Amino acid sequence: MSSELPVLKASDFASDQDIRWCPGCGDYSILAQMKKMLPDLGLPQEQIVFISGIGCSSRFPYYMNTYGMHSIHGRAPAFATGLRVTRPDLKVFVITGDGDSLSIGGNHFIHMLRRNVDVTMVLFNNRIYGLTKGQYSPTSPEGQVTKSTPMGSVDHPLNPISVALGAEAGFIARSVDSNIKHLAATLYRAAQHRGTSLVEVYQNCNVFNDGAFSYAQDKATRADTTLELEHGKPMIFGKNRDKGVRLNGLRPEVVDLSTGISHDDLLFHDEQADTALVHILAKMRHPEMPEPIGVFRDVEKGIFEDQVRGQLNTAVEKKGAGDLVKLFASGETWDVE
Amino acid sequence: MSTDTPPPVQSNKLVEVVSGITVRLAGDSGDGMQLLGTQLTNTSALAGNDVATFPDFPAEIRAPRGTRAGVSGFQVQFAAHEVHTPGDTLDALVAMNPAALVTNLSDLRPGGLLIVDEDSFEAKDLKLANLSTNPLEEPWTENYRLAKVPMTKLTRTAVAELGLSMKEADRCRNFFAMGMVYWLYGRDMDATMRFIKAKFSRLPEVQEANERALKAGWAFGETTELLGTSYQVEKAELPPGKYRNIMGNQALAWGLMTAANLSKKELFYGSYPITPASDILHELCKFKNYGVCTVQAEDEIAAVCAAIGAAYGGSMAVTTSSGPGIALKAEAMGLAVMIELPLLVINVQRGGPSTGLPTKTEQADLLQMLHGRNGEAPIPVLAAQSPGDCFDTAIEAWRIATQFMVPVVILSDGYIANGAEPWRVPDIAAMDPISIEHPTEFNHGDEFWPYARDRNLARPWAIPGTPNLMHRVGGLEKQDGTGNVSYDPDNHEKMVKTRAQKVANIARVIPPQKVNGPESGELLVLSWGGTYGACHTAVTKAMDAGLSVAHCHLRHMNPFPANLGEILSRYEQVLVPELNMGQLRMLIRDRFLVDAIGYNKVQGKPFSVSELLDKICEMAATESNKLCESKAG
Repeated sequence: MSSELPVLKASDFASDQDIRWCPGCGDYSILAQMKKMLPDLGLPQEQIVFISGIGCSSRFPYYMNTYGMHSIHGRAPAFATGLRVTRPDLKVFVITGDGDSLSIGGNHFIHMLRRNVDVTMVLFNNRIYGLTKGQYSPTSPEGQVTKSTPMGSVDHPLNPISVALGAEAGFIARSVDSNIKHLAATLYRAAQHRGTSLVEVYQNCNVFNDGAFSYAQDKATRADTTLELEHGKPMIFGKNRDKGVRLNGLRPEVVDLSTGISHDDLLFHDEQADTALVHILAKMRHPEMPEPIGVFRDVEKGIFEDQVRGQLNTAVEKKGAGDLVKLFASGETWDVE
Repeated sequence: MSTDTPPPVQSNKLVEVVSGITVRLAGDSGDGMQLLGTQLTNTSALAGNDVATFPDFPAEIRAPRGTRAGVSGFQVQFAAHEVHTPGDTLDALVAMNPAALVTNLSDLRPGGLLIVDEDSFEAKDLKLANLSTNPLEEPWTENYRLAKVPMTKLTRTAVAELGLSMKEADRCRNFFAMGMVYWLYGRDMDATMRFIKAKFSRLPEVQEANERALKAGWAFGETTELLGTSYQVEKAELPPGKYRNIMGNQALAWGLMTAANLSKKELFYGSYPITPASDILHELCKFKNYGVCTVQAEDEIAAVCAAIGAAYGGSMAVTTSSGPGIALKAEAMGLAVMIELPLLVINVQRGGPSTGLPTKTEQADLLQMLHGRNGEAPIPVLAAQSPGDCFDTAIEAWRIATQFMVPVVILSDGYIANGAEPWRVPDIAAMDPISIEHPTEFNHGDEFWPYARDRNLARPWAIPGTPNLMHRVGGLEKQDGTGNVSYDPDNHEKMVKTRAQKVANIARVIPPQKVNGPESGELLVLSWGGTYGACHTAVTKAMDAGLSVAHCHLRHMNPFPANLGEILSRYEQVLVPELNMGQLRMLIRDRFLVDAIGYNKVQGKPFSVSELLDKICEMAATESNKLCESKAG
């Protein structure tokens, strides 16, 4: 089959619409990497659907030459669920932001993850409300001064990875808008996963929250401030790959590898680990620890629409295909002449 | 059908032939009154009577036993003629305890039959019902034919040999009461015996006990003098065909399934439980082998959004709720208007506002459905008039939704939803198919325009998976034709008007409004939705009494039928009875500049025929109220 398909290029996935994000916005990079990655999936444009909520990120579907729906605030997971259940032949992406999916859409976010609908969700996290011009978001750090928090935010921020783990998501990853190779590779892996896959992308809002993730974005610092997770490999980071992470009791700590500590003493990343380790990774935050990027978790589990449709098929096997004439004539009936 | 039960209807006692009976069964919410009522309804329908029912139960699952708050009732009217309401005043009341007696007695007609379980009138029962004295020992009882039956003791005796616990034995008491009622009205016990066998097939002792209790109740009626005469209600003359009983929510579910079948679509149903709509979900869940795909969503918003997602994918999409849930769905309904996809939104109305009266009926969501969204967001609205009519309404709504590419609202209410009536089984093969086309080719040169218009102003329903027709929909205003995002002021106004015109165009395809009664005259009663039965019956009685009255019952609330204004102009007065504060009346006044008079009731209860008749007489019997009273009453 796939050999018959024309080979698509990134530009084939670009719609004819002008892109209206602010110059310098991190969204451009995510859009570019998405378009670059999609041909690798081997799917024609018509089988792909992008569904978004509301926010800067959620204009994304308009810029893709695929099917798409720009829906209402926070509810994209629900639209995607209805579409996937009825059309399991389609590849569905959900595009959302930190405000869209963690604030107004928090409910739908956790429920799509726990149901494990086969959808790839890209969460653009810029720790601010962009489209409404600069209020704090559920991921804004405590104390952040914004238009709606002149004395600093008093909300404790939400960690999307921790929430996703709490919802027992099967695939959880994180990447950074400016780390384009890593981003493309992570999006590809997420899109390949069967079940809900979540990719949190650190995305810079250069207008309202510039530099929120500069430590992870800057080429000069990111090797020391982030930790690229690799399945089965020890957790090593740093420009000179001279630092590692090991466990001290239940606490992770950074160790200097030049002092004779061997790789075997370090934590090894296991994407399938169903243990507290992945929660420990989720809680590793800059500046105390390097922040993990890459795939936190990749496990297979029952997929919602497979099970829903499986029940429909089982019902037909057990009872035969439904017949309305028989149904109406069933039970207690009587004839009037 | 063969039977192993004794032939029950050949009573040795005096049998009086009557044209119809209204009976209410009332007891504690754990007493099985709804079950009893349903059985009596089915049996009466099987006997060929026309029936109408009104279940009335508390919102609490189990209010404290024996208290007034816990009283559950089921009213049924069965008759030898067509009936459209469960009846006004009761010919008979069965009260299983003092609380049931005092909360229902006022509806029993003078001289009516009152059957009580006298074992349930001990001091503790009276205290639970907040009574200081035993009502059975007071002089008012002379106004009725009171039958004090020791139902609890008789039931215990009837099932004594089976070794059940006292509690289990007492749970058979409703079947003893049922047996008495069946004797009283010459009802056949076969269908209920089959029901007991099926329901308790895994509990042989319980099955046996309930059968014995039922037979013992019947035998009690036959052998004692306590109940006196029994009654016979002849078969009603209904149009020929195969019949079954159907409840409103069930009829809606079956109508949706039929609409899916007629349009060769899979039915996707996204819902969140809410009284009194949940039974639609329960019903549809049973039919997975019919290709009915149900999702119980995390909330009302997700339910409608999932449905819209399914509609985008090309399925028949439905969501149901009641007023409070619809309030949550409002934003997504606006999106459905904007992206112009077919979708059915069903509102089974209950008492409001907010949580209101969850188990009681009201018609107060009409304006919510018409206007409860931001911006100019017109949606067609249809209202079902009776349990059986829910079936046809569902099919018509889906026809409109697909023909015009619009979300469509169906209004039902708690009264229709839980009520039952005989339903003539339709011939599906004779129904018109609902043809739906999904485009596969460009429609504008070498482009696809997702917002191109057909003669109905409907846009093409191109679905994902179709090569070359990729397009994006969304809540931002779209450029006419291309569907690209547009902030152009003239385009916005044009699109607002186009969406409104599209809904208005539906008036071209719906049938002209009919009137029951004279073509012109003194008074037109204009009603909608679940008040049909009471309004129809009251107007018919008034017409029989020689009053110049006609009845016009609306199904199409938006748009109104094209000839409605013309109809309204032919009558001197227009009366609009509604179970709200005057919502249709407001629309009629606004749309047609007609000085319509409202008759409004907001008690969580349906109209009685007599109160409507009084109002009609007050307005139309200008010459002689006596005529009205003597002939119509």
